[in-house]
Amino acid sequence: MITTTHSSSNLSAEHDISDTTTVLPKRSGSASAPPRRAIGGISRQDVMVLVGAGVSSLCTTMLLFGRLTPLSGRLGFVIVWFGLFLGVYAALISLTEDRPAVIDRVMAALLTSAAVLAGGALASVIIFVLWRGRTALMHSNFFTQDLSVTGPSEPLSVGGITHAIVGTLIMTAISLVITVPLGVATAVFLNETRSRATGLVRTVVTAMTALPSILAGLFIFATWVLILGFPRSGLAASIAMSIMMLPIIIRSADVVLRLVPGNLREASAALGAPQWRTVWQIVLPTARSGLTTAVILGVARGVGETAPVLLTAGFTNTMNMNPTKSPMVSLPLAAFKLVSAAEPNLIARGFATAAVLMLLVLILFTAARVLGGRPVGRLTKRQARAATAQSLRDRVRIDQMSSSGNRFPQEQS
Amino acid sequence: MTSIPDVADANAPPPQPRQLQAHPGRGDRYFRRGASLSGLTVLSVMGAVGLFLGIQAWQALRATGFSFLTTAEWQPDRNKFGIAEVMLGTVLIALVAGIVAFPIAMSAALFITEVAPKWLRSSLVALVDLMAAVPSVVYGLWGLFLLQGQVVGVSRWINTWFGWIPFFAVDGADPNSPLSAATVYTASTLVAGIVVAMMVMPIQCVVMREVFSQVPVGEREGAFALGSTRWGMIRVVSIPFGRGGIIGGTMLGLGRALGETIAVLLIISPVFQINFHVLQQGSNSVSSLIALRYSEASDFSLSALMAAGLVLFAATLVVNFTASWFVARSRSGASSEA
Repeated sequence: MITTTHSSSNLSAEHDISDTTTVLPKRSGSASAPPRRAIGGISRQDVMVLVGAGVSSLCTTMLLFGRLTPLSGRLGFVIVWFGLFLGVYAALISLTEDRPAVIDRVMAALLTSAAVLAGGALASVIIFVLWRGRTALMHSNFFTQDLSVTGPSEPLSVGGITHAIVGTLIMTAISLVITVPLGVATAVFLNETRSRATGLVRTVVTAMTALPSILAGLFIFATWVLILGFPRSGLAASIAMSIMMLPIIIRSADVVLRLVPGNLREASAALGAPQWRTVWQIVLPTARSGLTTAVILGVARGVGETAPVLLTAGFTNTMNMNPTKSPMVSLPLAAFKLVSAAEPNLIARGFATAAVLMLLVLILFTAARVLGGRPVGRLTKRQARAATAQSLRDRVRIDQMSSSGNRFPQEQS
Repeated sequence: MTSIPDVADANAPPPQPRQLQAHPGRGDRYFRRGASLSGLTVLSVMGAVGLFLGIQAWQALRATGFSFLTTAEWQPDRNKFGIAEVMLGTVLIALVAGIVAFPIAMSAALFITEVAPKWLRSSLVALVDLMAAVPSVVYGLWGLFLLQGQVVGVSRWINTWFGWIPFFAVDGADPNSPLSAATVYTASTLVAGIVVAMMVMPIQCVVMREVFSQVPVGEREGAFALGSTRWGMIRVVSIPFGRGGIIGGTMLGLGRALGETIAVLLIISPVFQINFHVLQQGSNSVSSLIALRYSEASDFSLSALMAAGLVLFAATLVVNFTASWFVARSRSGASSEA
C-alpha cells in the first residue's frame, strides 16, 4: 500500500535528504483503500454463455435425432447433446477469451459434469430401487410377516420380510460382539504396545482387507460346516461376516488411535497412571467418536455382504430366532433370492427388501457422520460441560484437602 | 562465565547409557498380555484362512499341475478343470470397470478439491463415502433392471460401427438388420463391468481426493502467481503431486473389482468358453463360479474351487500391495492412509 503512493517527484526529493532520517511517503489525497475486486463468483456473461450453449446444443441434437439423421435412443441423445454442448461452449468462450482460458473453462465443465454424472448415478440407484419397491413397501404387512405361508404368486398384501430383518439384526449383533472387542483390542495392540509382532499383524490385516468376500464364506463353509459338521446357520454367517469386518474395523481404529496426541499419554504416565489406565481412561475416550465411526463403517460393510451369507446361512422363508440351528436369512440374501425368481410380485418384494437394506445402511452411515464428524479429542457441548463440572469438583476437593492441612489423605489411612 | 569441570581421568571409560527398566505392575502385565493375545488371535485367524485355503487347494493343484492356469473348462469330476476362462472373465470385467470408473473418479476427485465451492465440499465427500457404502446387491439390481436396457442400444451401436475390432465383435449379431434380437447384447461383460464400476468409482475417488487435498498451498499459489489458469495449476501441480495416489487408488479399486461377486452373479449368464467379446452375452468370473458351484458335494470339486479362490486372492493381494506401495512411495503418501 505504502509504496504505491510514491510519485516520481517524491522519489527524487527523498534522495536529496541525508541518509540519517527516514521519511514516510506522503499519502496522496484520500487514503481510502480501493474497492476489492471480486475474483470469484459467477458473472452474468458466464450464465448467458452456459445457458446459450446448453439450449443451442439441445436444439441441434433434437434436429439431428429424427430429422436429419436416423439416430435414436435416449442414452445416445444425451451423449450427442453433451458433445455438442462442449463444442458450442468452447466456441462461445473463445469469442472473448484466449486459448488457456478456453481450455480452463472446458475442463472445468468436464470435471463438473463427471461429478454430476456420479451423483446422478447414485441418485438413480436410490430412486430406482425405492420406486420399484414402492408397491411392496406400501403394505404394512411387509414389515410384520414372513414369507413362510406365502406362495410365489400371492398378492403383496400377504407376506413380508420380518424374518430377513430379524436375521440381519441377529447376525449383525453376533458379529459386533465378536469384532468390536477383538478389533479395538488389536488396534490398541498395534498402537500402544511395542513388540516384534506388530509389524506382522499390521501387514496381515492389510492383506486381509483384500480378501474377496466370497472366500470368507467359502472358508467358513469348508471348515465350520463341512469339517466341523455344524449346520448352516446364522452363527456361521456371523463368523464369516466377522472375518470380513475385522480388517476394516482394525484398520480404521488403528488410524484413529494413531491420531491421539502423544502428550496426553505422556501426561497420564507422568501422573503415575499405569499403562492400562492410560489406555482405558485417556486414549480410548479421546478417540471415542473415531472408534464409533470405525465400527459403524465396518457394520455398514458387513450388513451389505451377500456372498458370505449365501454360502453359510442357507436360505429360508420362515422366521428363525435361533442363530445356532437351522438356516437364517439376511436382507441382502433375501433381496438376491427374491429377485432371482421370475415372479413379478417376488421381484417387487426383492426391490422392497433392497430398499429396506439401503435405508438401514443410510441410517448407519448418517449415524457415523454425526458421531464421528469431530476430530479426535474435540468435545461436544455436553461433554465440555461435563468436563468443566468435573474439574470444578476436583478443585473444590483439592481446596478442601489443602485447607484441612491433609495433603495426602491416602497415606494416613 | 561458566567453568568447565575438570575431567578427572581422561582414560576413564566413557559413561555407559543407563539401563532403563520399567517394572510394569500386575495390571499392566495383564493389559499387555491381553492386547498381545487379541493381536495374535487376529493374526492366527487371518493366517488360518490363508493357510487353510492353500492346503485345501493343494489337492486340486497337484492333480492338474500347471494346466490349472490354462484349461478353460470346469469339470472337476472328470479331472478337467482350470481357471483360464473364469480368470479371463474376471480380469475383463475388472478392466471394463476400471476404464469406466477411472475418468469419472479422477474428475470427481478434482471437482471436489478444486472446482466445487467450499460450502459444497463436505457434503460431496459424504456423498462419495455413501456411494462406497451402498451394498453391492443394490447396485446389482439397478444394473440388471435399469442399466442393461440402456446399455443394449449403446452395445449395438458400438458393434455396428466398431465390430471389426475383435473386442467389439458379437457372434450371432447382424448389424444390418435392425430387428435382430437384443438378447445377444444382454448379460455381457460390458454391463457387468459398468455395474462394478459403480462400486469401484467411490473407492478410487476417496483415495484420489485425499491426495489432491494435500497438495501444498505454496505450490498452488506459485502456479497461480505465474499466471496459470485453474486447469493449468491442476495439470502442473495437483496431478504430478498426486500421481502416486492416482495410481494407487486406481489399483485399489481394481482389487475390489476382481473380488466382486453378487452384482456380477446377478448380471452375467455364465459360459465356459474363452470369450473376448465384451459386448456379447455370456461371461464368467472366479467369484461367481464359486457362488454357483460351492454346493457340489464332492470334496475334490470343493478343493478345485478353493484353488480358484486362492488364485483370485493372490491376484487381489498383489494388486492391493502394489497399490499401497505406490501410495506410500508418492510424495503425498506419508500421511495418507490407503
